[in-house]
Amino acid sequence: MVQQDLDPRSDSVLEVSGVHKSFAGVHALRDVGFALRPAEVHALIGENGAGKSTLIKVMTGVYRPDRGTVRLDGRDRDFRNPLEAQAAGISTIYQEVNLVPLMSVARNLYLGREPRRFGLVDVGRMNRQATQTLGRYGVDVDVTRPLRTLGLGAQQMVALARAVQVDARVVIMDEPTSSLEPREVETLFSVIRRLKEQGIAVVYVSHRLDELYAICDRVTVMRDGAVVHTGDIADLERLRLISLMLGREMSTVRDKGTTAFDAGGHERRTERPVLSAQNLTVRHRIRDVSLDIHAGEVVGLGGLLGAGRSETAKAIVGALGTESGSVEIEGRPMRRRSPAASIRAGVVMLAEDRKAEGIIPNLSVRENISLAALPRLSRAGLVNRAKQDEVVRFFMERLRIKASGPDQKVSDLSGGNQQKVLLARWMCLNPKVLLLDEPTRGIDVGAKAEVQAIIDELARDGLGVLLISSDLEELIEGSDRVVVLKDGHVVGDLVGQDVSEEGLLDAFATAPAVSPDAPAPDPDADPDAASETASDSAASTSAAPGTPDSPDDPAGTPQAPAQDPAAAPVKENHA
Amino acid sequence: MTSLTWTGPALDRARLRRLLQEYGVYAALAVLFAVAVGLDTNFVEMSNIRVQLYQVAPTLLVALGMALVIGTEGIDLSVGAVIALAASVVPLYLGYGLLPALLVSLLLGAASGAVGGAMVAFARIQPIVATLSLMIGVRGLAELINGNSAKPVTESAILDLGSRSLVGIPEMAWIAAVCALLTGFLVRRTTFGRQLVAIGDNRQASRLSGLPVRRVLVTVYVISGVLSALAGLLIVGHGAEADPANQGLNMELNAITAVVVGGTPLTGGRVRVLGTVAGALFMQLITAVLTQHNVHTSYTQIVEAAIICFAVYASQERGTR
Repeated sequence: MVQQDLDPRSDSVLEVSGVHKSFAGVHALRDVGFALRPAEVHALIGENGAGKSTLIKVMTGVYRPDRGTVRLDGRDRDFRNPLEAQAAGISTIYQEVNLVPLMSVARNLYLGREPRRFGLVDVGRMNRQATQTLGRYGVDVDVTRPLRTLGLGAQQMVALARAVQVDARVVIMDEPTSSLEPREVETLFSVIRRLKEQGIAVVYVSHRLDELYAICDRVTVMRDGAVVHTGDIADLERLRLISLMLGREMSTVRDKGTTAFDAGGHERRTERPVLSAQNLTVRHRIRDVSLDIHAGEVVGLGGLLGAGRSETAKAIVGALGTESGSVEIEGRPMRRRSPAASIRAGVVMLAEDRKAEGIIPNLSVRENISLAALPRLSRAGLVNRAKQDEVVRFFMERLRIKASGPDQKVSDLSGGNQQKVLLARWMCLNPKVLLLDEPTRGIDVGAKAEVQAIIDELARDGLGVLLISSDLEELIEGSDRVVVLKDGHVVGDLVGQDVSEEGLLDAFATAPAVSPDAPAPDPDADPDAASETASDSAASTSAAPGTPDSPDDPAGTPQAPAQDPAAAPVKENHA
Repeated sequence: MTSLTWTGPALDRARLRRLLQEYGVYAALAVLFAVAVGLDTNFVEMSNIRVQLYQVAPTLLVALGMALVIGTEGIDLSVGAVIALAASVVPLYLGYGLLPALLVSLLLGAASGAVGGAMVAFARIQPIVATLSLMIGVRGLAELINGNSAKPVTESAILDLGSRSLVGIPEMAWIAAVCALLTGFLVRRTTFGRQLVAIGDNRQASRLSGLPVRRVLVTVYVISGVLSALAGLLIVGHGAEADPANQGLNMELNAITAVVVGGTPLTGGRVRVLGTVAGALFMQLITAVLTQHNVHTSYTQIVEAAIICFAVYASQERGTR
């Protein structure tokens, strides 16, 4: 490493400037600058594909930038691999704990740096030290147990303790709380505060806005491979943060007509909903999500990344195990939920991940379309080719699927045509309810318009449609009403005029006073830290202006937009 | 052909590779046969052909079941042990007549397959582990039933099965041929067959499409068990003895070889029945040719290994297209 002159102007411990990185001609990072001060917790936020992960990988030596510099302590560094970055003091903690599950906790903590005596590992000393170290992180366990017997939170804490022990100057946490219980999140936060006291800088990546406002000092927002904002998080309103992230100005005039949806909307056919989901709860993902879908309407399901939209759809059709909750179809409760049972009951889901959960790549267009309907197209276990061909031909024409013929392999089709094939697979079942998870993602403009027109038409034909989309325009123009999710909760149900960009952004930004996943103040935490959280979250609550007057809000107070009845008492703790 | 892929106009080299994968095994079989005849015209004599057919029939039966299992991204190592189990009960039940003995054998094969299938489908044990444990346990059971030594079988009814001929072709070969036709039909035309292939290609998507994934998986292993038991019966009929300690040894490997050489990818999602037939014949003939020309067994094995490597290599290139 060439000795560089220290830059006296730089007060940053880690500084990335002018970094470009592209993969196969596609820009992942464009002229990215990022500065991390000592003893700060810096939030890094952005939607999928914004370039967060790429930036982290550049900072940790996984990737080398095409252009630009990475400076640590004012010196240019060129990490060739993650080990070099680690040795220089940059530690990373990933979502999945990468330690050795079968080794003891103490062994994991000291892996590669075991205390030695006479050339052998001094197991006694190692275990004593490990117990002490972990105790400081609020992890009180038998350190001789294999790591995998610990809860995920505790494992993460071990990973954290290990990372910090290696003389870290910078700790990067990539969605550290995604699998933690609320209590564990609070422990993590107190550890982060202790890191701050030690002068260690933390980069905190999370999609949970509440957490960011609770623990972070500054924030960097990324979009499309570039940094769009950096500043103190207290100065940035939630609403503004979200519009930065999604790339929309709140004042943008709605630009009607860019989607193929009919402006007219649809009418509910019946009073009784065709599908009614009550209190669906999936561990760590969604909690008490309830929604109704009527025949002939398109219900949008909005929310930011990680809000639990796909999980809700999957829970409804039984593709994801639920802890509690029920689904009624036309008033009849479904006893055992599974994809097959849902399909029999007339509820089908177009999965988000077309490749992993949709197409059968080596089979033909014909077989992909008729896959779910095979039993209906068969007699005595034999596929009725004539009937199959008839159905396939009908849908290929109706959806204008461009293929050389029904025998073409589906993986040879374009994304848009694959999506139409999957739509056809569900449409030929004559479903009552269609759950569409990002139906137009990754398909070209023409196909997108066609798919949107089909959705419109299906609703007009009397289907109940649930539309999940990250494309705000699509969600607003396609839906008759939008249920908004945040951190796995329903935080809003927008109807009529409220189905607008402002309404949605407002709902996304709501600071639920307390969600069960949000950290509750830990009585054991030192009083300073506790009051810090309280003031932080209080500030963020008041920072969010104009919380939506959501019609279902029982409390009706603008300060408590969350509809969780448990919200009120816990909130008083904070205030 | 059970191929469902559509071969469109493509680059010449890619197309050539495709053709090799699609039809390579048939071409290789034809070339091998021509070479064998060229070396020794006696090869085409009926007596020799009959010997080859006697030997290939049980392997082919087992390989057909194996092809189905591999089509679901699984593998069935228990087939050799099932052969032994089916053989072991033959001497015990032959006293009641041929039919009861056959039924008990086939039922045991089905039961063994059901256990393996349940382990895979419900307990979600990896197929290789599930069927490995079954392979060890079932052979133990067979030796327990029959005792360690070989028991001679003298009932003419079952010996006929292994030695009689129809229109000059051994009955065993007819049985295997009929089973191959049925398997081909099963894969191509039945709901079950199409679901099997879909599950092998993308299990998650199949589950989300409401396919009865577990039922299909269990059924596939049951079919493999029954076909193996049938192979066991033929082996007993042909060899006139039940020898659970030795019969069916290495059969799982021969069957997998036939399937792989026949062009069925181990990654599932495709079952090539005719290819499997060709693969079984090819492996049988190559061994026969080498043996008949006094090539030492050790060299024969090395040649076989090379062929397997090449076949796997060729079928892998599909993915990197």
